[in-house]
Amino acid sequence: MNNFVKQDSLKQWFKSGAPGIWLSGGAVAIAVIMTIGLITLIAVRGLAHFWPSDIVEARYAVPGAAPRMIMGEVVQVEDVPRERLKSAGLPVAEEGSTLMSRELIKLGNRELYGSDFVWIVGEWLQEQKAPKGIIVLERREWGNFYGYLVNVKEAGKVVAEGEAALPEMRERLKRIDSLASRISRIEKVEISSVNHEIEQLRLQARSLELNERLDAAAQADLAAERSELDARYHDLETQLNALRQEFDRDSLTLRDATGQETEIRLGNVVHAYQPNAMSTFQKLGFYFAKLWEFLSSDPREANTEGGVFPAIFGTVIMTLIMAVIVTPFGVIAAIYLREYAKQGFMTRLIRIAVNNLAGVPAIVYGVFGLGFFVYVLGGSIDQLFFRASLPAPTFGTPGLLWASLTLAILAVPVVIVATEEGLARIPRSVREGSLALGATQAETLWRVVLPMASPAMMTGLILAIARAAGEVAPLMLVGVVKLAPTLPVNLNYPYLHLDQKIMHLGFHIFDVGFQSPNVEAARPLVYATALLLVLVIAALNLSAVAIRNRLREKYRAIDN
Amino acid sequence: MREMQRPRFGLNVGRRERQGLDPVTEPVALEVPGLNLFYGQKQALFDIKLSIPKQRVTSFIGPSGCGKSTLLRCFNRMNDLVDGCRINGEISLEGQNIFAQGTDVAELRRRVGMVFQKPNPFPKSIYENVVYGLRIQGIKKKRMLDEAVEWALKGAALWEEVKDRLHESALGLSGGQQQRLVIARTIAVQPEVLLLDEPSSALDPISSLKIEELIYELKTRYTIVIVTHNMQQAARVSDYTAFMYMGKLIEYGDTDTVFTNPTKKQTEDYITGRYG
Repeated sequence: MNNFVKQDSLKQWFKSGAPGIWLSGGAVAIAVIMTIGLITLIAVRGLAHFWPSDIVEARYAVPGAAPRMIMGEVVQVEDVPRERLKSAGLPVAEEGSTLMSRELIKLGNRELYGSDFVWIVGEWLQEQKAPKGIIVLERREWGNFYGYLVNVKEAGKVVAEGEAALPEMRERLKRIDSLASRISRIEKVEISSVNHEIEQLRLQARSLELNERLDAAAQADLAAERSELDARYHDLETQLNALRQEFDRDSLTLRDATGQETEIRLGNVVHAYQPNAMSTFQKLGFYFAKLWEFLSSDPREANTEGGVFPAIFGTVIMTLIMAVIVTPFGVIAAIYLREYAKQGFMTRLIRIAVNNLAGVPAIVYGVFGLGFFVYVLGGSIDQLFFRASLPAPTFGTPGLLWASLTLAILAVPVVIVATEEGLARIPRSVREGSLALGATQAETLWRVVLPMASPAMMTGLILAIARAAGEVAPLMLVGVVKLAPTLPVNLNYPYLHLDQKIMHLGFHIFDVGFQSPNVEAARPLVYATALLLVLVIAALNLSAVAIRNRLREKYRAIDN
Repeated sequence: MREMQRPRFGLNVGRRERQGLDPVTEPVALEVPGLNLFYGQKQALFDIKLSIPKQRVTSFIGPSGCGKSTLLRCFNRMNDLVDGCRINGEISLEGQNIFAQGTDVAELRRRVGMVFQKPNPFPKSIYENVVYGLRIQGIKKKRMLDEAVEWALKGAALWEEVKDRLHESALGLSGGQQQRLVIARTIAVQPEVLLLDEPSSALDPISSLKIEELIYELKTRYTIVIVTHNMQQAARVSDYTAFMYMGKLIEYGDTDTVFTNPTKKQTEDYITGRYG
């Protein structure tokens, strides 16, 4: 018997390890395909939302009813069984193919039709066309309006009609844009700063009162300051009212599909465009402008329109503050555990506890954060430092600091574990080299060991960011809200407002997707926001990876 | 290659200088009146008694695991770092017991420098490696540091090779250069005693020879204790040799006598290669 001839049997095949390789390779392939598929789905659904698709006008003739004209954007087309449409009570003919097409049309014009999305049966659409004249108005309130421009009015008087109306409207929209930015500047910067000062003055008065030092002289001083601020506020208000009147001066008249004419204030219009008349190139330009608006502007209409900038900003700043808190905390804990603590039963117990901490459901951290940070810690801080503003809480209410802290304790185990592993990997010979030169243990740690372990700390930080940035459940309890009136960073002292509530992309997805009154309008935004959240986390992670790789290069361990 | 063909010292040169040396009559740097060392329950060193003479090279030889490195690491209390290591006895450096309570271990280690088997430069620049010990001592003046770097690197015969790239990473040096850098780093803090723990066992023959040459020059200023597996090396560089076996000091005397006329059978067996 020749032992060197390979036996072609199943047993041999198992022994060779080939099934294991196929199994593990297959697992990797499935994971990669799923990830790519998920991101592609999100990207396609989300990014398609900003494309200005054509607006169709057609006659919709439901059997047994008078036909009516409709105008709108086809959002979705699907095939459904005839039976289902029949059981939905629609007058569907008995014979025909088993599947019928059904289309979701965005009709807009919410104030006229009640709801701005409608499902229709494709077979009943007649005379579909896409006239170039259809204009889409994107509005600050009430969603989109689709129709034909009839005329432009100034203070109720018609100034342009027919052909001339369109350029006139464009001209006047520019004026509206500049007015809008001036109004927003006054509201968000100037009035906000006066309000801030008035509030500070009130707190000053209250704290003097609490300390029983509010005598007549102080009162007079405060009153003088107060009246000066009031005068400034009044002045700004007058300016604002004047601007608002200017803002409301012009209006448009539009005719919708049914021929009804509607007057719309020009101040309510954000964008006006004619998608059917646009070339692909123009559409592309418009697409990127819309995308930029999504990234850079504030949300409108209960978050279903406009941008998500405050949510991006909130997510990033909360994650950064979390990183600033979690890194020193986790690193110091790991150093003690690995370098100073006597290895034994206690340290083993602590390590088990740390590892278990990483497995606690996130919502539990949320409840802990609310109970301990917000009520106990925040409540005490208010009692000690912000007595003047009580009973209105300053830190005794959910806010940015507490959200970051809650995330920090949620992420601290991964930093501890990663740093400990990094410390364990530093070769003993390097530590001995330092000690042999007369360095104490602390000096060795500070000058040699910690720099060499810094890539491991960055790894810990990367894992912490990955874990924390995508977390939503605990944040709902400790500081993230649907709509924050201002950003946590602004021009009023102390510039970074740790006590403010913030918006967060993850919560935004939940809110827009499931709490919104207008589900159909919000759906593409959910995809777009999800894509953005993935990208923001990836960007945060990649920057940490870049820093780690630089450190690794610098402190390359002696690998001989 | 020059060193390979025409070594500046060798067995013959050493022998001539070493004739008539006696460890008992020389000025003493390190005195071990009796030392036992335990790892947990296991005893690793048994009643070691010896004195290391000043500004001489003393080598410890013996088979693996005989305790020679352990003994060496007692001299700068490196064994303190080992969990469960317990020492019974004393070692005096210039008459002071280094195990006495209140001894400043960091200062002891500055006075008794150590070079390890594997080159262990820090992942810093060549310059920063050399001034490491000085920075620890709080010396900040750039001129002083610059001078120390040049002096130490010249002392370690490395200056000519690295003077143009002092601020490049030390990890870019070859193994032999790294080991000489470690020696430079050690002598930069001006120790009294240099402990060398198999300093050339991880190096190629040329680098190894350079280290030996360096040891020969360094002994004019420092007391040197070297642990080596290489008996030719011990014979070439050392004035005194201690042979250890199973944690016991078997024989200690001037190198010539130990190598040519050992008094103990075990020493002879080891040297002639019958075991070890």
